[in-house]
Amino acid sequence: MDEIRAIEQEYFKKDIPEFHVGDTVRVHVRIKEGNKERIQVFEGTVIARKHGGINETFTVRKNSYGVGVERVFPLHSPMIKKIEVKRLGDVRRAKLYYLRSRVGKAQIVKEKKATKK
Amino acid sequence: MAKGLLGYKIGMTSVYVGDKLVPVTVIKAGPCVVVGKKTVDKDGYNAVRLGFVEVKPEKLNKPEAGVFKKNNVPAFKYVREIRDMDGEVGDKVTVEIFKDDKKVKVSGYSKGKGFSGVVKRWGFHGWPKTHGSEATRRPGSIGAGSTPGKVLKGHHMAGHSGTYWTTISNLEIVKVIPEKDVILVKGNVPGSEKSLLIIRA
Repeated sequence: MDEIRAIEQEYFKKDIPEFHVGDTVRVHVRIKEGNKERIQVFEGTVIARKHGGINETFTVRKNSYGVGVERVFPLHSPMIKKIEVKRLGDVRRAKLYYLRSRVGKAQIVKEKKATKK
Repeated sequence: MAKGLLGYKIGMTSVYVGDKLVPVTVIKAGPCVVVGKKTVDKDGYNAVRLGFVEVKPEKLNKPEAGVFKKNNVPAFKYVREIRDMDGEVGDKVTVEIFKDDKKVKVSGYSKGKGFSGVVKRWGFHGWPKTHGSEATRRPGSIGAGSTPGKVLKGHHMAGHSGTYWTTISNLEIVKVIPEKDVILVKGNVPGSEKSLLIIRA
């Protein structure tokens, strides 16, 4: 098992920022159209992080003109150019599937305030 | 010239090849040592006998250990023949031999499935699960009546399934890692983890 982990390790991305469920992120995705390639940005709330190792994925949900849109990204995929963390979320759940049934302002996750020391 | 190597399955994972995630089997292959040769003149065919996983000679019985002593090579747990392969007695064989290959064949013993019914063993479709059916996984008819008056030989029925020697051909080599004696092939290979495999190209 350790040998398998060691082989997976080589394919891990080293530059992934620390982000958690509830955070608002901007995901820069490479899009291939024929021979051309461009970058598209998908911005939304992270509602789940699933699996582990090389197969880890995260789900980003956003509201696009009143329609909820969710995209699942493989964390270590070369198709993801960059992940920017825009805002930290204050949540008590590991999966925010309850946001799917929320409408309007209720679907906004509370922002995490910096803890005083 | 054919070439081969002994190894064992470590397990499966996925790796990125270009932009795509590819399922791979991790095989620990070699290092093997040529412990003997077979020639057309003496044995009727050409082959190389490869030894894998070194053991103390005391762990083997005398006839087994004697074969290694005669050829002046270390003793091995597994010895298998690879037909029409090059090599002299004492040569070390590692995964590097597959460096320029694109595809390999992998043979091994399939996972044992015990006494299985016809649905699992032969892929019969079974019968309806509902509408009053009481024969969900039964085979159904096993032949005609008075003519021929017997069940024809070789008819597919329930019985022991799995644990047979099988080969999967045309497996793509994804990566060869000589430092670790590891080879990654696309897709699955026969058997459970830590089971012996023969990899040929």
